[in-house]
Amino acid sequence: MNLHEYQARELLKAAGVPMFDGGVASSPDEAEAIARKLGGTTVIKAQVHSGGRGKAGGVKLAKSAEEAREHAAAILGMTIKGLVVSKVLVVPAAEIATEAYVGLIMDRASQGPVFMVSSAGGVDIEEVAAKSPEKITRLAVDPVYGLLPHQAMGLAFSLYKDYAQVKTAARIMQQLYRVFTANGCSLAEINPLVSTPTGEVLALDAKVSIDDNELERRPDLAALRDDSAEAPSEVAAREAGLTFIKLDGNVGCVVNGAGLAMATMDLVKYYGGEPANFLDIGGSSNPDKVVNALRIITSDPAVKAILFNIFGGITRTDDVANGIRTALEKFPVNVPIVVRLTGTNEAEAVKILQGIGMTALSDMDEAVEKVVGIVKEAA
Amino acid sequence: MSIFINHGTRLVVQGITGRDGSFHTKQMMEYGTRVVAGVTPGKGGQKFEGKVPVFNTVADAVAGAGANTSVIYVPPAGAAGAVMEAADAGIKLIVCITEGVPVMEMTRVMPYVAEHGARLIGPNCPGLISPGQSKVGIIPGNICSPGRVGLVSRSGTLTYEVVNHLTKRGIGQSSCVGIGGDPIIGTNFIDCLSAFESDPDTDAVVMIGEIGGTDEQNAAQFVKDRMSKPVVGFIAGQTAPKGRRMGHAGAIISGSSGTAEEKMAAFADAGIAVMKRPIDVVELIKKAR
Repeated sequence: MNLHEYQARELLKAAGVPMFDGGVASSPDEAEAIARKLGGTTVIKAQVHSGGRGKAGGVKLAKSAEEAREHAAAILGMTIKGLVVSKVLVVPAAEIATEAYVGLIMDRASQGPVFMVSSAGGVDIEEVAAKSPEKITRLAVDPVYGLLPHQAMGLAFSLYKDYAQVKTAARIMQQLYRVFTANGCSLAEINPLVSTPTGEVLALDAKVSIDDNELERRPDLAALRDDSAEAPSEVAAREAGLTFIKLDGNVGCVVNGAGLAMATMDLVKYYGGEPANFLDIGGSSNPDKVVNALRIITSDPAVKAILFNIFGGITRTDDVANGIRTALEKFPVNVPIVVRLTGTNEAEAVKILQGIGMTALSDMDEAVEKVVGIVKEAA
Repeated sequence: MSIFINHGTRLVVQGITGRDGSFHTKQMMEYGTRVVAGVTPGKGGQKFEGKVPVFNTVADAVAGAGANTSVIYVPPAGAAGAVMEAADAGIKLIVCITEGVPVMEMTRVMPYVAEHGARLIGPNCPGLISPGQSKVGIIPGNICSPGRVGLVSRSGTLTYEVVNHLTKRGIGQSSCVGIGGDPIIGTNFIDCLSAFESDPDTDAVVMIGEIGGTDEQNAAQFVKDRMSKPVVGFIAGQTAPKGRRMGHAGAIISGSSGTAEEKMAAFADAGIAVMKRPIDVVELIKKAR
């Protein structure tokens, strides 16, 4: 789960990371009031989960509180990469001497947190990593011992020469590490970490992603989720206990298991079709999940046909068949459905489907070819 | 033979009285797995299905029933603790089925397991099976058959799909291992490939990967450098968008790294025959042997 910049700032600030005061506004009035309180020139920043906010016109400089109001009015309600801006962050425009990058990621290979710091900050760090990897210092932290003082100092020395700045930066590394581990982050970064002409070191922008597996035991973090920042169909799916990702094609897919769901999408493509979604109904045998899945998929007007691909293990195929029957009773499904199912209770499932005039295939390739054929014919 | 589990496997089920734990314990017993004990704190002294003794702790199950392998079905909040308890009790093979274990907890579990000389499989995995000998986890036994092809996968149902194709065409398996879909897992592709390479009863290996991370690329390098047995590979997620978590916590293309193309190219470069569809496993394995 990605946090908004203002939420990430609050986590860092609570840990003691020095940064400029600022405020979040949901209306032009609020933005003006914050800008007036801050005084001087401010930056108005759209709060959406998307890169390239600046290029899209979502980040603007305001010389006065009135101008802050105007910019906020323009940015609020604006759509950036399909996401509507409902909040702006108002912060003082800083005078900057240097910009650095400080990031902490959960690294799969070393099985723990890894720091990445670079004096080339303020830019896309992936680009730096690709073009000039020598500019990035990497440090794997032993999760048992945490970030040791000399390690934090070493990272800080790679960014600054002035010892006072080094000490501040080392303290910020420790604070960032604490935020990372205390909140189960998969990513926590400060970009840029700036120094001012007067020598101060502070965080200008922050980005934090939380491991979704933390949310169940951390209601405080789960409460930071912003449903408006996601596609409505994906929010509905999550609430129904389904994993759903909207794609651009027209073949709706309902599958049990993430790996099989991906392989099904790939096979649709292999036979010349385009998948409309990724959808994993999970391992449980709950007909309601199937009903919800069909409701979500059929609400997408681009979907021209629906493919079920169920390999029964823990999932009972008769439960899935019952779900299809219930769904068809509850609401109209106006596109053809192709069902492939095999495994646990297959015979019962076939009988249930036959009862409502449907047939079931047992072979995955046959089913995918059939559904792709239907979509092509309809086009 | 087989890898990791066989006729000598003496299993303790952690979370045996829970909904998932009890269901799958019955299935494992039906398959012939020697389930020697269960653990549910507070229910020590009971019998599961009238025959399997339930203990309060894994240490008691080891002392009282001689368990040497553990499988974990406890909810996510207790799963990391359950793995460490098993390691502390001297269990050398720990299989964690639980999905949803916080990754931060796994960073502390991994060094603990290593210090205790144990092997962890999972979390968020379907477990493993050595057909005809033992099954630990949730892989349906009826789709497998004894034979000489090893299989290792990050997925559950996709594994069943592939195994089913093999079994239907008369190609049996030595062992099938689901290593799990999380970013931090105990046993990776290389661990399994290395075990299959040393297993005298495995002739060829099927490796089923997916988008996210570099485990498949590293495995390809291992195949190139160290393996004499033929390997056939599949990567799921060619049509997955970047930056989205595709169900499995670990199945995500970060930036431009971890794509299916990159992994398939690494496979091809290592001489691994790449399946385009799950069903291709049959022809490619026949050709490879």
